[in-house]
Amino acid sequence: MVFGIVLAGGKGSRMGNTDMPKQFMKLGSKPILMHTVEKFFVNPRIEKIIVPTHKSWVEHAKNLVEKNFGKTDRVVVIDGGESRNDTIMNAIAYIEENHGLDDDTIVVTHDSVRPFVTHRIIDENIDCARKYGACDTMVPAADTIVESIDGKVISSIPVRDHMYQGQTPQSFKAKRLKEIFESLTEDEKNILTDACKMYVLKGEHVHVLMGEVFNIKITYPFDMKVAQSLIGEEEK
Amino acid sequence: MINAVYQLVSPRMIDVTYKEVDLTAGEVVLRPYKLSICKADQRYYQGMRSQAALKAKLPMALVHECVAQVIYDPTGTFNVGDFVVPIPTVPTETDEIIAENYLRSSYFRSSGNDGFLQDIITATPDRLVKLPDNMNMNVASFSELVSVSVHAMRRFDKIAHSRRNKIGIWGDGNVGYITALLFHYLYPETELYIFGTVEEKLSYFSFAKATYHVDHVPEGVAIDHGFECVGGAGSRSAINQMIDLINPEGTMSLMGVSENFVDINTRMVLEKGLRLYGSSRSGREDFEQTVELYKKFPRLVSRLDNLVGDVVQVKTIPDIHSAFDKDIHRSFGKTVIDWAK
Repeated sequence: MVFGIVLAGGKGSRMGNTDMPKQFMKLGSKPILMHTVEKFFVNPRIEKIIVPTHKSWVEHAKNLVEKNFGKTDRVVVIDGGESRNDTIMNAIAYIEENHGLDDDTIVVTHDSVRPFVTHRIIDENIDCARKYGACDTMVPAADTIVESIDGKVISSIPVRDHMYQGQTPQSFKAKRLKEIFESLTEDEKNILTDACKMYVLKGEHVHVLMGEVFNIKITYPFDMKVAQSLIGEEEK
Repeated sequence: MINAVYQLVSPRMIDVTYKEVDLTAGEVVLRPYKLSICKADQRYYQGMRSQAALKAKLPMALVHECVAQVIYDPTGTFNVGDFVVPIPTVPTETDEIIAENYLRSSYFRSSGNDGFLQDIITATPDRLVKLPDNMNMNVASFSELVSVSVHAMRRFDKIAHSRRNKIGIWGDGNVGYITALLFHYLYPETELYIFGTVEEKLSYFSFAKATYHVDHVPEGVAIDHGFECVGGAGSRSAINQMIDLINPEGTMSLMGVSENFVDINTRMVLEKGLRLYGSSRSGREDFEQTVELYKKFPRLVSRLDNLVGDVVQVKTIPDIHSAFDKDIHRSFGKTVIDWAK
């Protein structure tokens, strides 16, 4: 079985004055989160879409889902966790409890604020995770990546041809993902920025697949303006 | 949901744009599976249309020949996974006399409206025709083109008098080949005479009674009815040669598109009492009949497979250019796009 996990656990807003998490902000006719969930909803290979959400916004998210999809058991809103990986683990716990977890259980994890993800990207994630166990979506780095450990001077400039920018989805065989997470020390957990890093830390392969430059993450007000202009919406 | 639409913004320049799709609009959601490039797409792509036409119609997603897979159907008409052919003609009214493809109020996908080069496409159930199981998907991708010939045949059946012993088809390209094939299967007793300009292309018409180079037609060749599948600069000579060779009261089906006005020998049209009628695009009934013909004549599908030329997998916008570049160098056959974008 394949599950979509649309990560909507963020509470903080980098969107300026608003207190509303960015995934609930409206883009075109509906909240960003709903655009993203719909991409998974119309993919028939996805059995169920789990939307882990910050506790304070769970009821709001449930209302949005019901308004958008009517009564459906294909989309379920659950409590998110403290960190991104805790949130993913909450979703996996939900799957285990309600559907069971076996070697063929695939999770396609995706940022709720990336509504421009395409059908092809989701399909390739499913295929890749099934074949390789873990995969990450990325695009070649357009800018030169510069490392500065102290923030004052450059410590290294990696070869740009070897650099990619990570996007989502990131997809995994759920059972192995859970095993790896449970094997991590607290120190290791503290340095994680995403789920793929767990595999890298443990020396396991994560397969790479190409995303799209336009599969942007809407984080800052600037991104919102870009997203609005992409869909031809007048800035309000 | 936000959909990625790959539009021609100016000749040879394709860019992605994004459009909202309403899942509650009562439309079936489809993923393009294979698409086929049509001459009309090439005319836009190469900038061969008038500046006025380009200005009026671009930006626009090209391609109106496609086979797609149902991924979500809130109407309950289709099963998820069904392969269907989308009908690019979209009527906005019904008329008991005038066919939907001739209604001036109908619109056409990839002519003023976005065609099928999109991440996903949507259509109302009446604009979709389900394909039989085990269909050859490369052939299915150009079902729209086949349906145009089916439409021409149906019009012929209504308009032409009943003496149909000898049919002449001008044009040794894709439309000529498909139209001739349909005649071969639907009217097996009829003798087919093909008039073209390229020997190699004419050699594909092995089922015809005879093929002629237009400059070397023997004395005494005559036909009861004719089909013009030439278009462009060749329309004038094709139509007038047909007028010379056709028997009195014959009908002439005009199927080729020309950017320019065409001089026609109307004196002989009058003297012979000929009927010239246009035939363009197709509607739902033609698509349905096309699919029925696929089921009834498996060998028709095998013959249509001879038209499949390059099959180009498209994962990037440069791949789309590559498909169009390959297609422009092809004098016969269809370029199929394997949609993986």
